[in-house]
Amino acid sequence: MSATIEIRDVAKIFRQFSGMFSAPRMVRAVDGVSLTVPAGGCFGIVGESGCGKSTLARLILGLHPASSGDILVDGRSLMAMPRRERARLIQPVFQDPFSSLNPRRTIHDIVGLPLAAQGISGKETTKRVHAMLERVGLRSEMAGRLPAQLSGGQRQRVAIARALVLGPRIVVCDEPTSALDVSVQAQILNLLAELRRDMGLTLVFISHNLAVVEHICDEVAVMYLGRVVEHASTDALFRAPTHPYTRALLASVLTPEPGLGIPDVGLGDSYPDPANVPPGCRFHPRCPMVTDVCRTEIQVPRRVGERVVECMLA
Amino acid sequence: MSALLEVNGLRVRFNEKAEAVRGVSIAVNKGETHCLVGESGCGKSVSALAVMGLLAKGGIRTADTLSFAGQDLRGLTESQMSRLRGDKMAMIFQEPMTSLNPAYTIGSQMAEVRLRHRGGSKREALDRAAALLGRVGITAPGLRLGQFPHQLSGGLRQRVMIAMALMCDPDLLIADEPTTALDVTVQAQILRLLMELQAELGLAILLITHDLGIVARMAHRVSVMYAGKVVESASAEALFAAPTHPYTRGLLDCVPIPGKIARGAQLGSIPGTVPRIPLGFQGCGFRDRCAHADASCATGVPAQSRAPGHDYACRLPAGWTTEQAA
Repeated sequence: MSATIEIRDVAKIFRQFSGMFSAPRMVRAVDGVSLTVPAGGCFGIVGESGCGKSTLARLILGLHPASSGDILVDGRSLMAMPRRERARLIQPVFQDPFSSLNPRRTIHDIVGLPLAAQGISGKETTKRVHAMLERVGLRSEMAGRLPAQLSGGQRQRVAIARALVLGPRIVVCDEPTSALDVSVQAQILNLLAELRRDMGLTLVFISHNLAVVEHICDEVAVMYLGRVVEHASTDALFRAPTHPYTRALLASVLTPEPGLGIPDVGLGDSYPDPANVPPGCRFHPRCPMVTDVCRTEIQVPRRVGERVVECMLA
Repeated sequence: MSALLEVNGLRVRFNEKAEAVRGVSIAVNKGETHCLVGESGCGKSVSALAVMGLLAKGGIRTADTLSFAGQDLRGLTESQMSRLRGDKMAMIFQEPMTSLNPAYTIGSQMAEVRLRHRGGSKREALDRAAALLGRVGITAPGLRLGQFPHQLSGGLRQRVMIAMALMCDPDLLIADEPTTALDVTVQAQILRLLMELQAELGLAILLITHDLGIVARMAHRVSVMYAGKVVESASAEALFAAPTHPYTRGLLDCVPIPGKIARGAQLGSIPGTVPRIPLGFQGCGFRDRCAHADASCATGVPAQSRAPGHDYACRLPAGWTTEQAA
């Protein structure tokens, strides 16, 4: 019982105020992304801050309307779907469990809110909340506590319980473990993997931590300045990264193996600005393999074997 | 040879209820990177702040030894300490935006460090700032000197912080999570820069981090902290080849390593969370989360040595890891 997500040429443009007398800047946060997330899969989206991965997550959740393009779940457009129905289908888990939980509500109220919004009775809500808390590894006595009385890991479990209490088919996790310590991160990753298996969820997993993505995802899309520059199965991507940006990203993963030193990622000190996208290939100012053609010619996604790469050199 | 920075029996408490650091000993030699690693709340940042005399108000520091370049830091007054900080002992912090003053240009902030500690003219100080910005890999340093912190990206700001730390040729650089706020590609660039500078200038670096990947790649020596104590201390090779304290082992099992751990396999994890340690706490701080704890762990923790320079604080014999595997 899972759902396929089809993202069709989606773009999201934000207008950024830049002073009373100047024209607003257009930030193309997501700029023509097409992806298919298979049912029951765990789909990873990686990239640096500002690459548009969180905006894409919010588009999939229906929190932002897309500027153009469409997102379909099982063939039905998300935009056309009523909010309540969408909430039963897709739920989020956000990065920071300190700010994503209302500090003045009890855990029971926080986890029960999606049920209340669907018009489910108080008694039924309490029953389901307790069952869900147990399911994510919290004792049901926790229901009476406030978020401030919980540790970071426990709060993230509460956020997961809230996401799953309606029995959604898709869960979008935006950096779910970045704010947590490593020992707690491992607990949460194990929990997500287990829940996905048991409940047949489709997971969209957004992270900047490539080691975590490699561990949990089946497929990975690498984003750079609003575009997907490489998309492949996790095995293919990690075994033979093809886009120069993917290579740099993989090279900068520091595994706990002493003696290897710090790799030279060769990206220079320029930094991408989504309001000021370079002409030609977006990655060319930082690319170690740049040629003259890259500076002028816009890149299009190409299928290379099992993967899709947006680089003419691949 | 005595170490450049030598700390023995460092204790810090902020109130009568809890002790943040409970007897930490670390030594950092010239040209060496010593990593303090642990989870949030283990006392690693507080230890570093205590060494620099930068504890928040109400923090009480005691130590058996606290010496820097042969000088006892315990008896120094605040003004003597502030002459040392930023001069021979420099530091960089996690979030460069909050450590730079948003109202002053990069150039004036960098020059101030030099003028305050070494005097000389503003012109000379700015020239030195420009040279150092170039050294840390910033293109067009002259332009950057006139810019404000908000005009730079996170990676550039951290490079500015490093250049600023180098203004007075320090002997010791204390870096508290210097790359945690940065993207992975930028993190690799910044860490590589620190290693180059160390080789070039013979810097001693005390690096505080929670990332075992950074520890493995950067450290000469490692001290693993838990609940205000160093639970294991060794050279980086020895620590990763033979982690001995149950906490160190648990921590290493938690990290997914591409190609080493099968995809989707259970990651190791440590049950429970970091405890708060009350004043006068006895025994091992890790015992509530440890699978090997017994009654003796509640009363005392023996300090043991696995090999010369590889010490750990646990009742288990050094060979327990191999016995368990057999």
